[in-house]
Amino acid sequence: MSGDTGVIHVVEKEQDLKWVLTDGPHPPYMVLLEGELFTRELMLQLKGSSRISGLAVAISKPSPAQGFSPGLKCPNDGFGVYSNNYGPQYAHCNWTVWNPLGNGLAYEDFNFPIFLLEDANETQVIKQCYQDHNLPQNGSVPEYPLCAMQLFAHMHAVTNTVTCMRRSSLQTAFSLNPEEVCDALSDYNVWSTLKPINTSSKIDPMDEVIIVATRIDSHSFFWNVAPGAESAVASFVTHLAAAEALHKVPDVQKLPRNIMFTFFQGETFDYIGSSRMVYDMQMDKFPIRLDNIHSFLELSQVALRNSSVLWVHTDPVSRRNESIQPQVKTLVEALINSSMGANVTLQEVSQSQPLPPSSFQRFLRAKQIPGVVLADHRTSFQNRYYQSMYDTAENILMKYPEGLSPEETLDYVTDTAKSLAEVATVVARALYQLAGGTGNTSAIQADPRMVSRMLYGFLIKTNNSWFQSIIKQDLKGLLGDELPQHYIAVTTLVNTTQLVQYVLANLTGTVVNFTKEECLNPEKTPNPEKEMYVYTWVQGSRDPNSTSRVPFCVQSTVHLTKAASPAFELKQWGSTEYSTWTESRWKDIRARIFLVASKELEIITLVVGIAILILSLLATYFINAKAHVLFSSPGDGGAVAY
Amino acid sequence: MTLAVFFGCTFIAFGPALGLFLFTVLRDPLRIIILIAGAFFWLVSLLLSSLVWFIAVKASDPGDEPLQKGLLIFGVLFSVLLQEAFRFLYYKLLRKAIEGLVALSEDGCSPISIQQMAYVAGLGFGLMSGAFSMINLLADALGPGTVGIHGDSQLYFLTSAFMTMVMIFLHTFWGILFFHGCETQHWWEMAAVILTHLIVSGSTFWNPLYVGSLVPSYLLMFATGAWAYVLSGGCTQNLLQSLRAERDKPPARILRVHQELSPSAAPCLPCPPSGAVSWDLQLPSLQYHFSLLEWGSPDLSLLEAGVRGLLQPGSSQQTV
Repeated sequence: MSGDTGVIHVVEKEQDLKWVLTDGPHPPYMVLLEGELFTRELMLQLKGSSRISGLAVAISKPSPAQGFSPGLKCPNDGFGVYSNNYGPQYAHCNWTVWNPLGNGLAYEDFNFPIFLLEDANETQVIKQCYQDHNLPQNGSVPEYPLCAMQLFAHMHAVTNTVTCMRRSSLQTAFSLNPEEVCDALSDYNVWSTLKPINTSSKIDPMDEVIIVATRIDSHSFFWNVAPGAESAVASFVTHLAAAEALHKVPDVQKLPRNIMFTFFQGETFDYIGSSRMVYDMQMDKFPIRLDNIHSFLELSQVALRNSSVLWVHTDPVSRRNESIQPQVKTLVEALINSSMGANVTLQEVSQSQPLPPSSFQRFLRAKQIPGVVLADHRTSFQNRYYQSMYDTAENILMKYPEGLSPEETLDYVTDTAKSLAEVATVVARALYQLAGGTGNTSAIQADPRMVSRMLYGFLIKTNNSWFQSIIKQDLKGLLGDELPQHYIAVTTLVNTTQLVQYVLANLTGTVVNFTKEECLNPEKTPNPEKEMYVYTWVQGSRDPNSTSRVPFCVQSTVHLTKAASPAFELKQWGSTEYSTWTESRWKDIRARIFLVASKELEIITLVVGIAILILSLLATYFINAKAHVLFSSPGDGGAVAY
Repeated sequence: MTLAVFFGCTFIAFGPALGLFLFTVLRDPLRIIILIAGAFFWLVSLLLSSLVWFIAVKASDPGDEPLQKGLLIFGVLFSVLLQEAFRFLYYKLLRKAIEGLVALSEDGCSPISIQQMAYVAGLGFGLMSGAFSMINLLADALGPGTVGIHGDSQLYFLTSAFMTMVMIFLHTFWGILFFHGCETQHWWEMAAVILTHLIVSGSTFWNPLYVGSLVPSYLLMFATGAWAYVLSGGCTQNLLQSLRAERDKPPARILRVHQELSPSAAPCLPCPPSGAVSWDLQLPSLQYHFSLLEWGSPDLSLLEAGVRGLLQPGSSQQTV
């Protein structure tokens, strides 16, 4: 609660660490680490030492060349479909290690605070203080006063989820002023259907739905820093572009099968969103049942295609089933047909290779469904910064020319955008075919300009004119000027979820001529179609001549469903079936630097103080006792003033 | 700088004042009231002077460095003058209070003299001034750091504590000097108080050259202390006598016969010294009025023996 204080030491090369761990005479130390040195070996050395009271990592610009991933080598291991009962040779990444660069740092327990310094100016201030006061002069030990740093990051929860949830539940049950110590990670999934469905009842058991899925969240070692460009953003932007392209086709409402575009939140943390949706489907709480699912198409990481190849991953275990195998073949063929003429080469990976970590695995756990996962990697990830703070726009090779204004940058079409638009085109055409469409698919094209705008909005700046025009009026706090990030967090409806909802509504919905009153209260106007749609009153774009906006009403089929792990509903906090991730509560997170004095000076001050106190008490007692003598003038017969 | 520095600086700054308070003020409720009222008067003077300075600063250009420095000097000047003005006001108030106390008392004498009031008022001023100087620093001293990251001296807390101690003493002595000057119409004493206050406050502008502010302040403190001692009825003889008396302490308590009375007349006596116990002893022919000077603890058996000894017919008047 009172923070961790330590004498600053800057570690710029491996040898500097020796001073901190063994040689330095003024422990505990607060280490300022260069980003390049932030590796597992160094961190384990620091973890074992009692001479460290904290760590500040200066982000490395440019990103480390050898790659950096604090995630696991086998992401979401144990919560996918492969286990000892299902494909045991594929469990625990025995067949393919998906994230070989993963060092698992984010899953280690450190008992000192670790802060990230993103601003180079702040790092310079700390280094300047270190150089002024803490550098050894001529090989001798630096003298007090020394420059020190104090980091406040007290976490209220300890040990694990079971312990902290138990303590929280005791607090809420028995205390008048409950002090909860942790919260479950939860948010909302965004989903929308091509043909509108009535969400208050279940759809016909004979209806078939094709599910398209992507994740929208990411993670890094540091709290609230999760750019997730390759791991999440590129995938869901492609997905959004494919949804837009499909909605433009004229005869989609007459297609035999429906398509559900699903955006899962919380997949980074053991599939929170998809496990909840499967659970809801099993418990009959979702309009669509598992039996309605015809096939499953998932977009995993798709931005770093090597020589324009896109790999198709399938599940070898379910393919042994004679009813599943032909359906998977149809799926793959539809995809390959759709890639003709586009700058995308679709290739199947070896049929004995398991699925990469994907939401499809949760659906397979419940029922064997034919499905594929599209990715830019054949075996291990192409992404060398998987779930790290370096997975930014630079990682997916988004380059803008110099000197553009924010508006021009918003509309500039990067090569990345063009490449993702091609993937979206292939996906849209394949979906059209799979849904039973018989027309010519060459007219189905994803719009690269729209893809570029979305990439700009989700990776560089959310506060741009396009996003401003598609959100509701009273949500000004949604758009910020800092770098966007996509961590699920514990507050409901993080910015990412809301923005995906509004973008999807804008791209797949239609503008209807309602007044604000009708739009906000659709149940008032009699219309049987009202129950199938969701109406949103958006603030519209700014008139170029005036400063006011022209709002309008959007009719769409975009819905939100809760994405909280079923383990917390069932109160099984130690579950190995569902995700049990929680985040600790904390009060304030801040840091400051100052000088510390030597212990000797402090003790001298105390001793001098006590001496003066005792001396003055004695002197006062003595003077008071002798007051009549001290203050009597000799001529006076005895009348004294004191 | 942690607890050690916090307690060290508190004891340095407020140790002597604590001693003075415990031994001279705490026993007497009237003195406590005068102390607190004195502190309040100082507080009001600070409030008014800081209001003037605040308005001046807000009305001026914050970027102009020499102007801000000039405003600060003006602020200090004005504050010193206002503090002394309030000391004068407090003197007037206490004068009125003495008349009230005389009217209320049984024997027509005020239980407290103006000199004692001067001392306590000065101490009140000093305590509040010290509290305002030091409390913020003490709160920050509790934290883990020390002063110096922008190049200031490391000894800031220590020197502030010593400065606070000297200010408390100075206010006490100024109180005695000022009230004596008002009582006896010696205007030069009041002028001296104002002048020394200005010098001490002005010398703090030499900080961080702490020698420039602490040394003159301590010298002035000793000078004003000596002056105040002389005005309170002290001299070097008494000083030496008190030191000597420490060595051969007589066993007796009592008894100096204050005045012999005839049974008929009972004129108003000069007020007995405070801390003294008046004793009216009914004897066959004479009424003696004894005053017991507090000098160690009163031992009543010895008192009795002494009285009997005195009253033996034919014995000479003895002072035991």
